[in-house]
Formats: sequence, structure tokens, C-alpha cells
Amino acid sequence: MLYREAGQFKTTYAADQQIFPIRQDRIGLALLLAIAFVAVPLFASEYWLKAILMPFLVFSLAALGLNILTGYAGQLSLGSAAFMAVGAFAAYNFMLRVDGMPLLVAFALGGLAAALVGVAFGLPSLRIKGFYLAVATLAAQFFIVWILTKVSWFSNYSSSGVITAQDMEIFGYRFDSPESRYLLVLAIVAVMALMAKNMVRGSVGRAWMAVRDMDVAAEVIGIRIMYTKLLAFAVSSFYCGVAGALYAYAYLGTVEPEGFNLDLSFKILFMIIIGGVGSISGAFLGSAFIVLLPIFLDVLVQDVFAGVFSPSIASNLQLMVFGGLIIFFLIVEPHGLARLWQIAKEKLRLWPFPH
Amino acid sequence: MNGRQIGDVILDLQNISLRFGGVKALTDISFDVREHEIRAIIGPNGAGKSSMLNVINGVYHPQEGRIVFHGEERRKMEPHMAAMQGIARTFQNIALFKGMSVLDNIMTGRITKMKANFLEQAIHVGRARREELAHRRKVEEVIDFLEIQHIRKTPVGRLPYGLQKRVELARALAAEPSMLLLDEPMAGMNVEEKQDMCRFILDVNDQMGTTIVLIEHDMGVVMDISDRVVVLDYGKKIGDGTPDDVRSNEEVISAYLGVAH
Repeated sequence: MLYREAGQFKTTYAADQQIFPIRQDRIGLALLLAIAFVAVPLFASEYWLKAILMPFLVFSLAALGLNILTGYAGQLSLGSAAFMAVGAFAAYNFMLRVDGMPLLVAFALGGLAAALVGVAFGLPSLRIKGFYLAVATLAAQFFIVWILTKVSWFSNYSSSGVITAQDMEIFGYRFDSPESRYLLVLAIVAVMALMAKNMVRGSVGRAWMAVRDMDVAAEVIGIRIMYTKLLAFAVSSFYCGVAGALYAYAYLGTVEPEGFNLDLSFKILFMIIIGGVGSISGAFLGSAFIVLLPIFLDVLVQDVFAGVFSPSIASNLQLMVFGGLIIFFLIVEPHGLARLWQIAKEKLRLWPFPH
Repeated sequence: MNGRQIGDVILDLQNISLRFGGVKALTDISFDVREHEIRAIIGPNGAGKSSMLNVINGVYHPQEGRIVFHGEERRKMEPHMAAMQGIARTFQNIALFKGMSVLDNIMTGRITKMKANFLEQAIHVGRARREELAHRRKVEEVIDFLEIQHIRKTPVGRLPYGLQKRVELARALAAEPSMLLLDEPMAGMNVEEKQDMCRFILDVNDQMGTTIVLIEHDMGVVMDISDRVVVLDYGKKIGDGTPDDVRSNEEVISAYLGVAH
């Protein structure tokens, strides 16, 4: 009843092409942002900020990056965690080795380093597709983690490759409290999400989707396939790289190369499968789902069904539910939660009248 | 047929031969296309018609022969360069971007004309924003022309076959091509849809001045709308001329049109 576009007539193409053409969407997003920027820092507990919202935001950004590459440009990648690692270690080294390096510049340089590595490992995509490309990106995953462990220069010769992120400081303000760190990460993620949305609704995004849907036709229309694919790898890896830097600096503080293993890559892939392949909001929904599900299951097993399950079953329950959900989504709704949300909105436009 | 002026030769194909390994797809084919004309390529299945189009827009590279387009001999050619030079095409099996709306599909057709780089688009101010609006206006003209206003926001996958063919034509037209290659634009259509498509092809040719190279199996359509016809069989040219010449050509009749019993 409330969600409908009746009476909202578009009289210019500018009005028709804005990011959120429907007024209710704009109000909803404004409310969401107000809550995220004002209410959450005021009222959320430290546990929520540190253990739930922070990983949610960081993984959202990484999932956004993977979604640009896999969801929009159609290039399957299993190396997202490795690109996060490049971002984290590059940012660390820039901070360490360059005097007076500003924090945000270090994050951006971390992202750029990841973008370069991403382009290098994206080169096979010019020749191979689909499953075989996934295997090629798998090589990136193992190679990068291996070289970060092997060459101890990257971790400033610390034992076992662990790095401890430097203090975060911008213009003399130190980001010590969970609230301030949360706001910093939120601001970065919000800006980058907006930029991603702008890219995918512009001609870059259309070129990516054209390559994904029908590469021969895309080429005949005048799209340079090589440039388009490598740009997708670069932008995607940049997002993953910044996410990796935030993961190290704002979320964990201490990371090692092994932390960015294949499991993490799969986790990010699951996020976009469950959240929605080829959708910006899907990255956020998927990340929320995968961050919250284990916590929800823990609470369920420990408090609600206390004593019903033996501890060994309880610890495996998470994996079983995960696996089940992935299969469920692949079969029932390959476009994930974002599509379910979209269908709900389409239904809402008509509700409560059937026609 | 009507008052339009057929101009000079703009595309000249000389002795084109194309092989895939040992298979000869095209053997020593020469023909030309004049500005503003409708040029049909006909022939039985496997005659090399689609290969011919693929040679024209740079998807295939012939081993022998010269291609002169707008007075310039073409050396190495990639499809996106052909698009830059104003050659657009549609495909035999619809090659739309399935995951995108009709509007986005047609907007993609204008991609060679959009100059804003990805960073400008990410920030979406200035040139990127202006460009998007200017091109939207052009795209809406094409949408009006082909009478598909009612489906502009629909994902192309949901459209019936005939409309998908029309959207594909719209995507090609959005590039404002000087030469349009149509690969069986009327395949699988019913009579009304064929009539609509014929009307659109004639209107494009007449009002936009676009040169059209067309592959089609419906002889009625071909003979009605085309100015000159090339006939291929087993990768060789067996006939070339006005529809009347071709219709009375013995070799063409035995290879393709068939004899009345």
C-alpha cells in the first residue's frame, strides 16, 4: 500500500535515470543511512560494533568487489581473499616504509596494488572462461598467500608473517574507540558502494554485463573485450584490496597471510551467491547473512536447544546449514536475496489489490 | 522503387577467400555495395552467407582478397574497429544481452560514442552525467522509431521472439551506423511480424540513409525490398544483379530457387 510509484510521474530523462527512481526507495535509504551513521554509534554495544557490524561492512566491501567481477562482468574468481591480502600487506608496507604516509592514501595505494595484481592474474581471462578461469584464479589465491609467507620482507621480517597494523590516525585524530573505527569504515564503504552503483548503471557497467551475457555481440557493438575484462579485474581487486586493508586495520588489527586463505575466498563467493549475483545490495545482504548466521546458530544451539545437541554436532551444524543454504539458493533463486527483495517490492506495488 | 539516390560504391570486396583449416568457407568472392542501397545475400544453408557478414565486420579474417571500405583498403580488422567505422549488425540467433533491460541493451549500442571514463562515471558528475542523458535522448528516438516504447524497462529475456528481433535491430541502429548488416532479420516470424520488419528496414534505409546488407531466406521479401542480390552456393558466387536478373539466372534457379514442376 505504501510502496508504490503511483503519482510519481517522470517528466525528464534525468528524473528517470536517477539512482533510485522510486521515492519510497530514496526515503528508505536515507533512513537506513541515518540509522547507520547516527543511531548505531550512539546505541550499539561494543560487542555489536566490533564483532558484528565491522566484519559485516568489511565483507560487504569485498563481496561488492567480487560481485563486480563475477556478477557483472561474468568472470568467475576464487582469489578474492588473496587480493584482500595484497591490499592489507601493501597498505601496511606503505605505512611502514613511507614517512608521514596518510592513512587513507595508504588504503588507496593498497587497493591500487591489489588492482595491479588483479590485472596480472586476470590476463588468463582473455583466453579462458568459466570453470577454467576459476582454476586460474585459484592459482592466484595460493601463489599470493605463499609469497607473502615466504618473502618475509612483506611482513617486515616478523616471525610467521604476522603483521600488526599501525595506529589509525587522520589529521591528528586517532581512531581508537570502536565507534570511531566503525564510522570510518562505514564512510569508506558507503562512498565506494555509491561509486560501484554509479559504475554499474553507466556505460562501464553495461559493457561488463554485455561481455558477461554475449561476448561476441559485445565485440561487434564496439566493446573492447580485453580492456573491459581487465578493467573489471582491476576495479574488483581494488575493492577487495581496500576491504583487506580495512580488515587488517579496522577490524582485526593483527593479520597473517594464512588468514586470507581459500576459505575466506569461498566465504565471499557464498556471500554473493546468497545475496545476489549481479546486484549491489546483494553484496550487503549476503554479507549480513553470512556474518549473522553463525551467531544466530550459536545462540540457537547453546541457549534454545541447550543440551539437545552434543558439542561435536553443534560445531558441524553451521557447516551443514551453510551447505544446505547454498544448494537451496542455487536451485531455487540463483539471483539470491536481492532478487527475493525485488520480487517482494514488485508484489508490494500491487498489494493489497490483485490488479 | 522510390526517389532515393543510390550512390557510389562504399564497400568493395575483391576475391575474398576464407578457409577454416581445410574447409573452404568462401572461395574467390567479389561483389560491391553501393551507398544507400539494400543489398541481399541469398543462398542455401551453409553457402557462406553469415561468414560473408563476419568478414565484412571483422570477426573473420579472410586469407586472400582485398576489402575496400569508403575508399580505404582494410588491413587487420577487429570487430570493435568495424563498429567505430560505422558498421553495425544483427545476428541470426538473437544475440541480445539477456540480463539487461531493453533500454540498457539499446544504450549499449551507443557505447562507441560514450567518452567518459570509468572514474568519471563512478563519481557521476559533469561529462558522465551529461553524456548519459544526451545518449538516452538519442536512444529514445530509436525506441520511438521502432515502436517499442511500451517495453523499454522490460528485461529482454521476457520478450517474445519477434520483439527481441526488433530490440536487436534497435541496438544496432542506436550506433547510427552508415552500414547495417542484417543476418536473417525475419527468420521465424509470422506474416505480420515480417511485414513490420520489412517496413522498418525500408524506413531505416529511406529516412536514415543507411546502407543495408541483408541475408534472408524469404524470397518474396528479398525480391521485393532489395536493389541488388548476390547469390552464394558452397562458398562461391553464382549470381549477382537485380532481383529480376537473379530470378532468371539458370544456375541460381537450379541451386536455390528450384524449378517449377
